[in-house]
Amino acid sequence: MELNSRIPSGPIENRWDRHRFEMKLVNPANKRKYNIIVVGSGLAGASASASMAELGYNVKCFCFQDSPRRAHSIAAQGGINAAKNYQNDGDSVYRLFYDTVKGGDFRARESNVYRLAEISLNIIDQCVAQGVPFAREYGGLLANRSFGGAQVSRTFYARGQTGQQLLLGAYQALLRQVTAGKVTMFPRTEMLDLIVIDGKARGIVTRDLVTGKIESHFADAVVVGTGGYGNVFYLSTNAKGSNCTAIWRAYKRGAAMANPCYTQIHPTCIPVTGEYQSKLTLMSESLRNDGRIWVPKKKGDTRPPNQIPDNERDYYLERKYPSFGNLVPRDVASRNAKAVCDEGLGVGTGLGVYLDFAEAIKRLGEQIIDERYGNLFDMYERITGENPYEAPMRIYPAIHYTMGGLWVDYNLMTTIPGLYTIGEANFSDHGANRLGASALMQGLADGYFILPYTVGDYLANTKLEKVDASHPAVRDAEAGVARQTRRLLSIKGQRTVTSFHRELGKLLWDYCGMTRNEKGLKAALQRIPELREEFWKNVNVLGSGEELNQALENAGRVADFLEFAELMCLDALHRNESCGGHFREEFQTPDGEALRDDAQYAYVAAWEYSGPERSPVLNKEPLIFEYVHPTQRSYK
Amino acid sequence: MKLTLHVWRQKNPGDAGRMVQYEHRNVNPHMSFLEMLDVLNEELIAKGEEPIAFDHDCREGICGMCGFMINGIAHGPERGTTVCQLHMRHFKDGEVLYLEPWRARAFPVLKDLVVDRSALDRIIASGGFISVSTGSAPDGNTIPVPKKNADLAMDAAACIGCGACVAACPNASAALFTGAKISHLGLLPQGQPERSQRVLNMVAQVKQELFGSCTNIGECEAVCPKEIKLEVIARMNRDFLRASWTERGELQKHEE
Repeated sequence: MELNSRIPSGPIENRWDRHRFEMKLVNPANKRKYNIIVVGSGLAGASASASMAELGYNVKCFCFQDSPRRAHSIAAQGGINAAKNYQNDGDSVYRLFYDTVKGGDFRARESNVYRLAEISLNIIDQCVAQGVPFAREYGGLLANRSFGGAQVSRTFYARGQTGQQLLLGAYQALLRQVTAGKVTMFPRTEMLDLIVIDGKARGIVTRDLVTGKIESHFADAVVVGTGGYGNVFYLSTNAKGSNCTAIWRAYKRGAAMANPCYTQIHPTCIPVTGEYQSKLTLMSESLRNDGRIWVPKKKGDTRPPNQIPDNERDYYLERKYPSFGNLVPRDVASRNAKAVCDEGLGVGTGLGVYLDFAEAIKRLGEQIIDERYGNLFDMYERITGENPYEAPMRIYPAIHYTMGGLWVDYNLMTTIPGLYTIGEANFSDHGANRLGASALMQGLADGYFILPYTVGDYLANTKLEKVDASHPAVRDAEAGVARQTRRLLSIKGQRTVTSFHRELGKLLWDYCGMTRNEKGLKAALQRIPELREEFWKNVNVLGSGEELNQALENAGRVADFLEFAELMCLDALHRNESCGGHFREEFQTPDGEALRDDAQYAYVAAWEYSGPERSPVLNKEPLIFEYVHPTQRSYK
Repeated sequence: MKLTLHVWRQKNPGDAGRMVQYEHRNVNPHMSFLEMLDVLNEELIAKGEEPIAFDHDCREGICGMCGFMINGIAHGPERGTTVCQLHMRHFKDGEVLYLEPWRARAFPVLKDLVVDRSALDRIIASGGFISVSTGSAPDGNTIPVPKKNADLAMDAAACIGCGACVAACPNASAALFTGAKISHLGLLPQGQPERSQRVLNMVAQVKQELFGSCTNIGECEAVCPKEIKLEVIARMNRDFLRASWTERGELQKHEE
């Protein structure tokens, strides 16, 4: 497999500009002759569908939810970054670029990140014009806050619901094009395979989740924006329906999967309470601005937290990282919480640490704390039944975002010509660790401002034959989907889909979670195929394929997670270094920090499918740093 | 905890449907309502019975996908809460609960507790947007928005489109949902050019979808998980009256 990243040359400030000029254009009158499929309707999918429809292409947009407005982008709380420098605090495109490359622990492509920082400016303008109700100052201008340890205030926000408001903006733009007749929306429809003809992506096979009908759709280009694979861990902050099926099917049709081991753990989530737990809820990390994190110094200390005197508490982040304290980046905060719990110092069920506001309340008063965090305190109380004004919160890290995904070139095209991947589904711009408020920025940059140009270049340069349902590749893909559905329904075993999913998740959390080591990864690589085999022998899916059948939908997704998990562990095992969200216990500095190996591992690992029961092939795209020179991240 | 559940079971849109009783013995007060149903479903599958279908996704109260009636109240007894965020500690051991789907002509039942809410998308598609194509926006700070208006617009924009307002309304009116979008966009300077056209188009679509009329009952506000205020309906009505005069030619077209 050849990995041609198509990164333009020349000074980094001019690369995107020059590239846009060099790309071919489709004549405006010809755009209506092209059909484009977009799978997923989150920030990336909805913005891409709307923008391409505005240009004149015919778009079909698919989502498994009942409405495109439900996509999980909606749950993002914190905000969206843009290098506007409205606060006059020294921000610039270059600074956002620098922070993102460094924050990604030097495992992202410089050119892509620079383009992202440039486009961040346009995104805010576009969203404001759409009516996104961003927070404002009294003079009527846009408000900003600092976020995720950034030293400038570049984050735009709409209360704690920024993702919701940005998604509704994109959703409304999408529905405007539905009314204009340029987008056809297919809700409650799931992509189950990719159709590749003559080496090019030409369509998808879908299942109508209400009637069960399996159908093929054809297009001149296919765009996948189906989000991340965090639910491979069963418990995550993702929506229950979030899955890796679309990207996994694309992988099995020849698209390379990049860096699947880069997963992000968010440090401030509400801890698990029992076996029935179905998902984890994130609390905005802004809480760490005023909350102090601690555990008791003594093991098995069961006293209520406010009866433990100050000198018997270990404020471990403040102790180990005096300059950043409780505001260390996500990966560092998460790992340290795990370390103290592994020592047996955890609180509650043993998997939790205190996030204490008592001192902040004494210093600032209950009213100011309420203004800053009132909605988060309410949410915590709703879920746990405990009042954070009276007792400290209990928090624990949870899987939140996945930096890995389908490999894409500078045009966001995968290794299958005509197949594009946008948003969290691609591996793109965050390297090994994503900074806060950058996911929304990337999803919208891809959808509004990059893909609409790059798809045009492909269409203008490519001769595409007409395809229809009679092509053998189409019949083959449809038959494969129907066969899998029948097979899942015919097993009639003893275990539910969820029980397999839960077991897989536990396994990955233990062996490929916050920290990894060779022994654990090897154990997981042995156990996953066994579990997969058991699944295909012993899963119990009731009902039929010709109706709304949620257990069947879930079974297909878990079947793919059972395959995906193996690749994730393989990737984690081969990367003999620690970087960002990937922490290998064998590779750490004497004081327990991540130890990168730039000489050996400054590359993107792009895995290539080579058939069932055969090891995937590793391809490497070297990463070259011309502008931001790799250094050790230090927060001491 | 133990619960007795009476749940609406309906195989498909054509099926008549009926209430089915389940005794649930494994309820933990820390579970969310949907986790309680997950556990019941696992038990049903083990017995060879088909699990209860219900819509859900984010399970943190923001996607708007979940929702059904619990003892006749949309999203259950806690104010400002979706069913996914409703926890079992708010119920008593031994309680009897009746679970039914949203009931409205415009929301046909697809299966069990799952309904078709695509009518809400069609209302937004008829005019719930600002017509600005990608790339044509001026700098974000070109147009100042008074903080108060931005805050009021955000209050209205918080709607998650779950449909509880329709389900709670004796008339099955979508006035709170539609008014929320009209208020959100109408309160902002960016929304002014299309303000009149927007309200006419959206109200016309509401009628076409067979939602009922608003008679100021206020049940919608009481159950809204995002606590959208009735004043959004007043804004919609005022905009509609104004547009009926300024755009009377257009209105006639709609009536025809």
